[in-house]
Amino acid sequence: MSKQPTDGRPKVALFVTCLVDLFRPSVGFASLKLLEEAGCDVEVPMAQTCCGQPAYNSGDRADARAIAENTIHAFEGFDYIVAPSGSCAGMLRKHYPQLFSGDPNWEMRSRVFAEKVYELVSFLVDVRGLTKAAAALAGSVTYHDSCSGLRELNVKAQPRTLLRSVEGLDLVEMKDADVCCGFGGTFCVKYPDISNAIVEKKTEAIAATGAGTLLAGDLGCLMNMAGKLKRQGSSVEVRHVAEVLAGMADAPPIGGRG
Amino acid sequence: MVEITSPRFKQNAAGALADEQLQKAMNNVRSKFIDKRREAAEALPEFEALRDRAKAIKDHTLDHLDLYLEAYEKKVVETGGFVHWAQTAAEARGIVLDICRMANARTVTKGKSMITEEIGLNGFLETMGIRPVETDLGEYIIQLRGEHPSHIIAPAVHLTKEQVEEDFRRVHDHLPADRDLTEPEALLGEARKVLRAEYFNADVGITGANFLVAETGSSIIVTNEGNGDLTQILPRVHIVVASIEKIVPTLEDASQILRVLARSATGQEMSTYTTVSTGPRRNGDVDGPESYHVILLDNGRSAMLGTEFQEMLRCIRCGACMNHCPVYHSVGGHAYGWVYPGPLGAVLTPSLIGVEKGGHLPNASTFCGRCESVCPMRIPLPKMMRHWREREFERGLNPATQRYGLRLWAFFARHPDLYRAVTGTVVPLLSLMAPKSGRFGWLPLAGGWTRHRDLPAPEKRTFMQQLRDREAVSRQAAA
Repeated sequence: MSKQPTDGRPKVALFVTCLVDLFRPSVGFASLKLLEEAGCDVEVPMAQTCCGQPAYNSGDRADARAIAENTIHAFEGFDYIVAPSGSCAGMLRKHYPQLFSGDPNWEMRSRVFAEKVYELVSFLVDVRGLTKAAAALAGSVTYHDSCSGLRELNVKAQPRTLLRSVEGLDLVEMKDADVCCGFGGTFCVKYPDISNAIVEKKTEAIAATGAGTLLAGDLGCLMNMAGKLKRQGSSVEVRHVAEVLAGMADAPPIGGRG
Repeated sequence: MVEITSPRFKQNAAGALADEQLQKAMNNVRSKFIDKRREAAEALPEFEALRDRAKAIKDHTLDHLDLYLEAYEKKVVETGGFVHWAQTAAEARGIVLDICRMANARTVTKGKSMITEEIGLNGFLETMGIRPVETDLGEYIIQLRGEHPSHIIAPAVHLTKEQVEEDFRRVHDHLPADRDLTEPEALLGEARKVLRAEYFNADVGITGANFLVAETGSSIIVTNEGNGDLTQILPRVHIVVASIEKIVPTLEDASQILRVLARSATGQEMSTYTTVSTGPRRNGDVDGPESYHVILLDNGRSAMLGTEFQEMLRCIRCGACMNHCPVYHSVGGHAYGWVYPGPLGAVLTPSLIGVEKGGHLPNASTFCGRCESVCPMRIPLPKMMRHWREREFERGLNPATQRYGLRLWAFFARHPDLYRAVTGTVVPLLSLMAPKSGRFGWLPLAGGWTRHRDLPAPEKRTFMQQLRDREAVSRQAAA
């Protein structure tokens, strides 16, 4: 359907995600580097803002649709759309078609769009066939499975495969790595006490591994876990998995050091 | 009636989070149920296919619900039983009372049933001078305490065994004070002894149903204690109270769904007892009730047919969704404020008591999706919770600050140039304000976040700004 350039380099559009754009640009640059190294021509469409998930999950379907229409419009014409987030990629891939279900103008268009959407790490492994990351990080690392990536997009083995190839990195599994961290988008501010109870369980599991670094593939979850770890005075450094895989783990960790 | 406290969900949750006994008890749910379900599912190669099959059976049944209900009624009557149709909880209670009065009943034994919780039967019978006795151990315990179930299959899961021991010493004051009740087995033994007499005293036995079988007119219950059997066999009258979606076409269908039910619930291959009741005692039968009544309750369910909530009617009440829910783990079942807790309650409660009262429940979810991933009937629970949020939003039921905040944010998100301009100003400002530590301990308007955690500070400029900077640099270098 979409045209591949003659040199075989797929045209990839990076969906930066609003949280990465606002809070952690280094994840965006790590994503660019990883995609380019994986043989892609990458562009960053400037007309992107947010995937619309806050509106969609708050019951505001009209705004969610309007944002989705903008996004689809801005990202058509690429071979792939890649996001460094399972949650946003899940929104684009799984929920956009539901949002337009039954709409003669948009349903097919949203389906064609959705099929080209991937979460970053699964794109690198499943589509680009990456088996190794050209990076080094000395120390033990634990990885949290963010819910949408795990359950909507089946992101589980891919990040672990690449992390195990990182020189000097020792991957230690935490208990209940697949259990929610309590972020849940607007949930964490609508029900802060419950969110806190959930993230406390998570930081307990993280601490029990003795790992010096916590990684995950979603900035929302990472900011939640980093925010709690720092409030607890933990020295665990928190980073997005893309930063480590791109060999860009020298920036200050999320929420700072110490 | 069960008091509805769902509108106070936040206060309920705060109380639950501060309740040390509850938090201790909830640790059991977190580990036991989950591991056992996983082991049971992994041990059965066709488990996923069985889930598909179970879903298909219920979907088919719901599409032809009227047909199967009528066929079922016909069969029950053929076997000598009675079928009563109840549109509301009040009607169902009235029918139970009429049957009890006709039987001159003073004592009623009860098998474990969520539907009689839904219609508030125990309290009603007590005010009418009839004594209900719960015979399931968990139900018996909470009846002693004047509580309601906090879990649909493990009603007393919010309690520790020390609390139960205390209750037994308080209520069973005819037993020696120095008896040893430290082991759960001792508690079970004592409850069994006390209940044994009640089975023989009871005039009427009331059970729910896990399935109603249209083909045979049978009701099926599953239990692990055998209490349900004694409840329905020993008294003169057996009343089955069941909601209309419990129907399945054939015994074969019921046995297919049974294969996923216990595995999903407790991780057992089958519950200890699976009991099929068909009509009253026949000539030559050694036991069984003299009369057999079925009350078919709607109570809001038929209004769910043909809506985005129809799929909820596939639910077989295994409890897997709450067993895997991080919110349920944190606050327990009572916080949900009505009969059905956890993700299934988050969808069902607004359907049955109205979203005006139950609106918190579909909102109090992280949408982690774990409930849907284990639901044997593949009910898309998060999707239906989102539908409730949409209904709320359409009707302006959520708080005004939330709505305006959301609309304002959405306005910017819909206008990329404006969004760039605003974020490109706010982010550098926020970065300037940030403490050296790289995180905020407090920030105006971010109290929901910073009450319990720090807020990581942003970098100096947004990604889009930095990208433009870099592009400008490389253009200069090229020139």
